[in-house]
Amino acid sequence: MSADQAVKNEWPLWEVFVRPKAGLDHKHCGSLHAADASQAVKLAREVYTRRQEGCSIWVVRSDQITASDPGDKAMLFDPMEDKVYRHPTFYELPESVNHM
Amino acid sequence: MTASIVIQPDATSLYLLRLADTALIHAQRLTEWCGHAPVLEEDIALSNLALDLLGQARALLTHAGQRLGGLDEDQLAFLREERDYRNLTLAELPLRKGGADFADTQLRNLLLAAWLHLHWQRLQASSDVELAAIAGKAVKESRYHLAHAADWVERLGDGTEESARRLQAALQRAWPYVAELFTDDAADEAAARSGLGPRSSELQADWHALLAPVWAAARLQPPAASAFRSSGRLGRHSEHLGPLLAEMQVLQRSYPGGAW
Repeated sequence: MSADQAVKNEWPLWEVFVRPKAGLDHKHCGSLHAADASQAVKLAREVYTRRQEGCSIWVVRSDQITASDPGDKAMLFDPMEDKVYRHPTFYELPESVNHM
Repeated sequence: MTASIVIQPDATSLYLLRLADTALIHAQRLTEWCGHAPVLEEDIALSNLALDLLGQARALLTHAGQRLGGLDEDQLAFLREERDYRNLTLAELPLRKGGADFADTQLRNLLLAAWLHLHWQRLQASSDVELAAIAGKAVKESRYHLAHAADWVERLGDGTEESARRLQAALQRAWPYVAELFTDDAADEAAARSGLGPRSSELQADWHALLAPVWAAARLQPPAASAFRSSGRLGRHSEHLGPLLAEMQVLQRSYPGGAW
């Protein structure tokens, strides 16, 4: 088998998200290889929920995720550093406002 | 080396030992894949299945041991002679040697998971409360084992020409041993009378019904029945059980009561 063919025959990669319990969000916990989505769910159960970590599993093909470029980190995130007024704690509330 | 124990099982403990030993020996065979499965994910899955089966075997052996003069699970699992093991012959056949391959493993998982699942379903209503409790826990595991194995068998059967050919060959190899799954004897009759559990033969129609959709999806044709009858449940085993037991028992016999 040529190297190209070997890569072609490899199962695609899936990202796995597990919900720890009802009411909480699904949380990314890792990735695995599987032939298709239903197999990915089964194998995620084997690999990531062996110790009762969850009550629900999501899987998504890794190549379906579009990610931000690490090189853009400064442009995308640094400008927020000095915008303290975007935090609610920046504002002083009048005495009459309760329960905030 | 620690001497073997000799047991004289009554009909009830025989019924328990058959289930326990089938789960135990099937688990031991599956562990041979540990570190060798075609992909890491399935390697973990097969070990998980084996651990579930081992847990079922432990509960059953502990329960049976109480009827057998207070023997514990380790004594029963590791100190019996070959003829005192009562597992189905199908569970002891090689999975990684003697021409067997990955298709044999998934196919055997399917055949045995369906058989165990039907037992656990029925045993939840057993007159033996402890057995009913064991069944209540195990039935969730066996349902998953069945789904996992069915998924693989359908993939292999409806996959490539080669996977289909190898699965069909595995089915030819396994099928002669299926008759034993549904052969009754005195222990079955006693269990049916006391309400302990179903006769083996009572599960046959449900077993075929459970697997029919899998055969259809996998484009498989189960072979015709043959006259061959295996007899592991009677204590008469194939030549493959001895070497398996030697490997399984060596630690407990060399270091009696060893715990870690």
